[in-house]
Amino acid sequence: MTIRVELPFHLRTLAQVSGQVALDVPGPVVTQRGLLDALECRYPVLRGTIRDPATGRRRPLVRFYACREDLSHESPDAPLPAAIVSGAEPFLIIGAIAGG
Amino acid sequence: MSRVRVLVGTRKGAFLLESDGQRRRWQIRGPFFGGWEIYHLKGSPVDPDRLYASQSNGWFGQIIQRSDDGGQTWYPPGGAVETTPEGLPMGQSNQFLYDTSPETGRPLRTHQWYDGTQHPWEFKRVWHLEPSYTDPDTVYAGVEDAALFRSTDGGTTWHELAALRDQQAEKWSPGAGGLGLHTILLDPNNPRRIYVAISAAGAFRTDDGGQSWKVITNGLTSKYMPDPTAQVGFCVHRLAMHPSHPDRVFMQLHWNVMRTDNAGELWTNIGAGLPSDFGFPIEVHAHEPETVYVVPIQSDSEHYPPEGKLRVYRSRSGGGDWEPLAHGLPQEHCYVNVLRDAMSRDELDDCGIYFGTTGGQVYVSPDSGDHWHPIVTQLPPVVSVEVQTLP
Repeated sequence: MTIRVELPFHLRTLAQVSGQVALDVPGPVVTQRGLLDALECRYPVLRGTIRDPATGRRRPLVRFYACREDLSHESPDAPLPAAIVSGAEPFLIIGAIAGG
Repeated sequence: MSRVRVLVGTRKGAFLLESDGQRRRWQIRGPFFGGWEIYHLKGSPVDPDRLYASQSNGWFGQIIQRSDDGGQTWYPPGGAVETTPEGLPMGQSNQFLYDTSPETGRPLRTHQWYDGTQHPWEFKRVWHLEPSYTDPDTVYAGVEDAALFRSTDGGTTWHELAALRDQQAEKWSPGAGGLGLHTILLDPNNPRRIYVAISAAGAFRTDDGGQSWKVITNGLTSKYMPDPTAQVGFCVHRLAMHPSHPDRVFMQLHWNVMRTDNAGELWTNIGAGLPSDFGFPIEVHAHEPETVYVVPIQSDSEHYPPEGKLRVYRSRSGGGDWEPLAHGLPQEHCYVNVLRDAMSRDELDDCGIYFGTTGGQVYVSPDSGDHWHPIVTQLPPVVSVEVQTLP
């Protein structure tokens, strides 16, 4: 399944990509963990920038959005919305709006 | 030796400043890694085209960057698509995992927190990178929470020298900027000897390449410290050493400027005559092992120069008598700070001294501190300054 992922500015620069990234994620059930594993497999430089290398958990100031919903606190093993899996909607990785 | 390259780390990126030996006209390059905090950059003494940079921010964590062409191009070592024998992506250069292995590691326990409770050890960022004197692929990293890591493959993978945490680490506590290992001094004549300093824990030395460590704080004092005999808990701001005298180390302590002549076995106060006992950086002249520089700051509560006058102080006798160096520096309404890693020197015959400020200025003195002029004046707050002397 081809999933569209939108990265924040700094991670696009690190990965040397522009625009959205199209990822082939193994199915049939696509989860946040599977998507991020596939993203890091394609772009190893992103390892540690989205998830803490020691714990594997989402970094505190990174957020996940899709289909106008905040998925940041969803279980990493929960199935992603069908619109993401079908490629109709992108999975958004966002740097939290913070910093004063 | 005819050129210099100044490596400047700032809150919003890195900059490279280059000049010929006159150090009058400068070429400015950057920002590199724009928008990221660059705590430190440093070049290999063996291969001056090999540069390492610590790139981090609060959102996306720690990245190590490397250049093999003097800063023309950069890349994260280990960031290419390579796979392990198991088929997993490598991408290891961002991984600073504390060593808890039974073979070489130590259990990851806790350190003291601001409120006196114990706090879990957590990696946050790399404060300082120190390339080896003999191998361009070997580089040390001082990190927060405090630990020393080493890479022997050009920054691709990192391994903690965990025995440092044997030294009463449960009593180490973060300074205002965090629990950072900020100073790494390598002995050019003895690769097994390393000095490190941690804020706020103290100074430490290994003589066996990091297999064991010794606390070297005898002679240090700190106001308000409940236990006057404590060995750790000192807020060491910076160490400096001349490579020809590796037993003689100078220290800017939170309060006082100190000196040891026996590799840290005993420290003595050499701060008499300075306008303040507080400051961050300390540096030693390239050709005069007894000439040392500090930048006094008003107080630990007022991080700006006394009287609003930016002055470097120099002692030509290893401390004890100090002269202000102000020619070319702002002498009114100046309220910048100079951070611990933001002072350096070149190795030209007329030794150049450099420092950067939180106001975004980088100054150079091409004559050992007698006269100063700004190289740049509008950079983001400067965190670190290193200088390479190039052929």
